[in-house]
Amino acid sequence: MRFKFSNLMLGLGLAFLYIPMLILIIYSFNESRLVTVWAGFSTKWYASLLENEKLLEAVGKSLQIAFFSATGAVVLGTLAAFVLARFKGFKGSTLLRGMLTAPLVMPEVITGLSLLLLFVAMAQAIGWPEQRGMLTIWLAHTTFCTAYVAVVVGSRLTEMDMSVEEAAQDLGATPVKVFFNITLPIIAPALISGWLLAFTLSLDDLVIASFVSGPGSTTLPMVVFSSVRLGVSPEINALAAIIIGIVSLLVFASWFYARRVERARLKDIQAMKNG
Amino acid sequence: MKLPEPKHPFWQRLSALPFLQGRNGVIALPYLWLLLFFLVPFIIVLKISFAETEIAIPPYTDLMTVEDGHVQIDLNFNNYGYLFSDDLYLKSYLSSIRIALVSTFICLLVGYPMALAISRAKPSTRNVLLLLVILPSWTSFLIRIYAWIGILKPNGYINNALMGMGLIDEPIIMLHTDFAVYVGIVYAYLPFMILPLYANMMKLDHSLVEASADLGASPIRTLFSVIVPLTKAGILAGCMLVFIPAVGEFVIPELLGGPETLMIGKILWQEFFNNRDWPVASAVAIIMLMILILPIMWFDRVQNKQQEA
Repeated sequence: MRFKFSNLMLGLGLAFLYIPMLILIIYSFNESRLVTVWAGFSTKWYASLLENEKLLEAVGKSLQIAFFSATGAVVLGTLAAFVLARFKGFKGSTLLRGMLTAPLVMPEVITGLSLLLLFVAMAQAIGWPEQRGMLTIWLAHTTFCTAYVAVVVGSRLTEMDMSVEEAAQDLGATPVKVFFNITLPIIAPALISGWLLAFTLSLDDLVIASFVSGPGSTTLPMVVFSSVRLGVSPEINALAAIIIGIVSLLVFASWFYARRVERARLKDIQAMKNG
Repeated sequence: MKLPEPKHPFWQRLSALPFLQGRNGVIALPYLWLLLFFLVPFIIVLKISFAETEIAIPPYTDLMTVEDGHVQIDLNFNNYGYLFSDDLYLKSYLSSIRIALVSTFICLLVGYPMALAISRAKPSTRNVLLLLVILPSWTSFLIRIYAWIGILKPNGYINNALMGMGLIDEPIIMLHTDFAVYVGIVYAYLPFMILPLYANMMKLDHSLVEASADLGASPIRTLFSVIVPLTKAGILAGCMLVFIPAVGEFVIPELLGGPETLMIGKILWQEFFNNRDWPVASAVAIIMLMILILPIMWFDRVQNKQQEA
């Protein structure tokens, strides 16, 4: 009885999650400017999206920021996770742990305001950053994405078999060599998923970017937000359909790939056992 | 068998030294970055919450002034006094907490059975289901909230459908109400409730569940006296992951809420961007942090325990 109830809830819950997105996609092909009334099939909103230069420019900026933020966050997040997992209990490790967990739940308005005030105070004190813009958004995004990367990489580091690292060390490899030749290849999948997570988080952030951006650094969510504030628009529906399409494609492709790798691995193990 | 000779203390020290330096260097980089960009900013917010608004760039006064060779520090408590004198702020804090609590509870009610069903599925189906739960949170948050405007508005899909079927004559007002805010928060944060619950349920020792059933407990009783207590850490983590950000939520009340929807994230945004009153915005942030600091520390503890386990 309970099993059936939980399955029913799962079905309803997934429907709740997906129906709004499906409606968005379907009505992005609506001829009418009145988004909610169906008036025939058309792809004209996709075409008008491509002519919207302000939007395209914002897309370019957002992709750039997301790329560099994700990269910075992977470096910092991996280092932080490694330090916490391998150098257990060093002085100040509790504080580092706290600084990595708190950003996961910190309300965005607080993070945004506090970073802006930091940048203003720094500009006053040392004259850097001179202006707010892409650089300050990158700094802000790298910081909050680091926390997410550290969670993803940290769980992989604690799962992995440490005896391989120890064996390399016993055979005389330096800690740096062990890290780059042994640890890094083993946790590489986690780095990739951490990078992707950071990339999407940065691409999606409205609140923090609004606080720390300056003139001439309008990101995609900021453009979408100012349009959405005025109500529904068929162009935004088309944009939504494109985003949902790309994300689903990438997620399923990576899932498919991971499954294939896993199957090949199991086959190898089987083959080895059969000798 | 001949043991290798112990190295000379000098060599020992020398070989230990670069490694130690390297190790400290490795610790220092993320440490200093987070100190500068995560912890120090809060100190600055605290400082500016004691400043006065001024028409200048930046729009607040300095706390420290040097007069006749003396350093004078002016702490101005007016911003906090102002927050307590106007009951708009108190009401906003209370209503943010109420909205966040109710939404968290609904997320738990919906998310718990979903997580349970996923954890019981076959391994291959399980991965697909998990992917389906995560996927929405990888697409744009803003756009998923936007989707609800079209659904809930007076001439939106729900009202059109109900009126088309002749069930109602006049559209039901749903958009720009607290109801819409609840829907938005539950919709946006549901995956964050399900994931920690699922992770916790996967660690559940199924022999205990079977034992409970063998001893004659009904499925409902097993659920509430065995499964729920054993997944307490997951419940706590999921609730914190929804509750804390929801208290400070800005986008959802801005897009789906109405003028009478009071949420503190929206107030902070307005103080900062519309009134350009940075000191009051800072004071609003400091009080919000004081409300959230206990839940955040709680979450930190749960998270660390799970990582160590």
